[in-house]
Amino acid sequence: MNNPYLPDIATIKEIIQETPNIKTFRVVLNDEKRMQEFDFKPGQVGQLSVFGVGESTFVINSPPTRKEYLQFSVMQVGEVTNRLHSLQEGDQIGVRAPLGNSFPLESMKGKEILFVGGGIGMAPLRTLLLTMLDKRDEFGDITVIYGARSPQDLCYTYEFDMWQSLGANLVLTVDREFPDWDGRVGFVPTVLTEEAPKPANKVAITCGPPIMIKFVLKGLKDLQFADDQIITTLEKRMKCGVGLCGRCNIGTHYVCVDGPVFTYAQLKALPSEL
Amino acid sequence: MAAKTYLTHEDISKWLEDMSSQATVLVPASVDRAVKFVPYDAQTQIVLEHQATAPPKEAVFPQTETLLKYRYKKDTEHPETQPLEVKEDVPEDKVVVFGARPCGTRGFVIYDRVFTSDTITDPYYKARRANTAFITIACDQVENTCFCHWVGSHPADSEGSDIMLFPVQGGYLAQSVTDKGDQLIKQAGGTKASGEQQKEADTIQARVREELGEAPDISDVPASLLQIFDNLDFWNDVSAKCISCGACTYLCPTCYCFNITDEAYGLTGKRIRTWDNCMSYLFTLEGSGHNPRMTKAHRLRNRVGHKFSYYPELHEGVFACCGCGRCIKHCPMAVDIREIALRAKETADDEQSVSA
Repeated sequence: MNNPYLPDIATIKEIIQETPNIKTFRVVLNDEKRMQEFDFKPGQVGQLSVFGVGESTFVINSPPTRKEYLQFSVMQVGEVTNRLHSLQEGDQIGVRAPLGNSFPLESMKGKEILFVGGGIGMAPLRTLLLTMLDKRDEFGDITVIYGARSPQDLCYTYEFDMWQSLGANLVLTVDREFPDWDGRVGFVPTVLTEEAPKPANKVAITCGPPIMIKFVLKGLKDLQFADDQIITTLEKRMKCGVGLCGRCNIGTHYVCVDGPVFTYAQLKALPSEL
Repeated sequence: MAAKTYLTHEDISKWLEDMSSQATVLVPASVDRAVKFVPYDAQTQIVLEHQATAPPKEAVFPQTETLLKYRYKKDTEHPETQPLEVKEDVPEDKVVVFGARPCGTRGFVIYDRVFTSDTITDPYYKARRANTAFITIACDQVENTCFCHWVGSHPADSEGSDIMLFPVQGGYLAQSVTDKGDQLIKQAGGTKASGEQQKEADTIQARVREELGEAPDISDVPASLLQIFDNLDFWNDVSAKCISCGACTYLCPTCYCFNITDEAYGLTGKRIRTWDNCMSYLFTLEGSGHNPRMTKAHRLRNRVGHKFSYYPELHEGVFACCGCGRCIKHCPMAVDIREIALRAKETADDEQSVSA
């Protein structure tokens, strides 16, 4: 019987220090066949284990179009993430993935795409962005508005050029002025309002801190985006990842199984317990 | 329906002795001033006169159980590496639960829809469930906190049981309700129940049913709870007494929220599952400091909502409550879930008549 609690053992191949408190881990499942057959969709998550410490949930932020490794970005906030940050390349971890639902990629084909990300909220957007950039001609204009508190809190800075060369418009912002910063200055929702994208034939995908998401949703509504044109991906405390342990439900919906991806229209139909 | 078997108290003792040589037989016994299900042996003082303090949920869903065992291996040839080995630890023990009441046994039927659904199978739960038999005693008395008849059950409900025992003078009338029960009852001995005894058992059941009284109609409580979801005044009011101790969750035959944590012993260790408590602030606290259920009002709303709205919505109207009344009886502050359900309905009705 398939045991949903039994992780694959994986080896950390590469660690990238993204920001002072965020590291990206590139991991490969030890079982070659399992790694080859590993199949997932953009937006799905995984549980990473450090045995002896525990498990935590992270989005698989590499795209299914690039499967030489699975990538996870981890902000140092608690016990498991602290321990993950202390690991070295070559260390073994557990991976239970893929879990949860994914972005509705098919229904986005032929549309213009607007990503609005803040801080580590760029991680789930990255998997979708790269999937789209790897199939560039299936989508219309792709614009990414990405912000963080300061330039050094932006993730994936080393691949911004690659995103642009593959056909993404990138609008970067930080919360206040910094020396040598030549991008925009201001909160992400403010920059969104300034950019004023038109909703026609567009899908907006947003992820970031709850307060940012709240104002981005308001901004998008002010720009006349319909509720089903807005997609977000939620974070909740999770343990089992398979809809049993009782933490991540919003009414009848379990974020680990029925989410993490929801349209704003779907979220509005759920009890207000974000 | 097959004729029932009359088992004297002596037959029962022999039967328990016999079964305990082939399986772990859990019986309600007095432990530390509470009645809990413990493994039977000849010295065990079984308490069958009233409902056990704790339901038999540990038989299939232990308070703590090992899910995985792991080991980091030390390879002295390659001291810089630390290969990892992980093994599942799926239980195989045979268990018989003897002497639970229908409201305790029926909890597992509620669990089945969650732990062995079309989309997910929990191998630990499934293995224990398949290896456990339930010999359940129909109730011959009613307590103030009993409300099984509110939630679609009754004092002789056999749902989830393999054998039902009906109390009569000098012993019980036993009736098998499953194949597993047929096997077990063969070992019990006893004699064929007489018409008189059957009548006696029926009279007791009729009396108990009458003593329970009429059940209010709570079929619209699921919708009411959703309607008053944002009415925090209501939730603050009904949770005011609550001290978030979680006694209600631990003693509930249908509460199944759990935590998964690791225990390390040097290079080896295990991943364990433990009961968790949704009334605790920490239950949903996120790494960022954000907590979607930040006050006890939010948490009680989720607990009542889960049992009387979300679960029924997902599972064809069945309430995730057996009406055993333990959460009411053992709550240090006497929070009464019956009262909350009824008040939710009233409040929703009032809101509607105001807006109409």
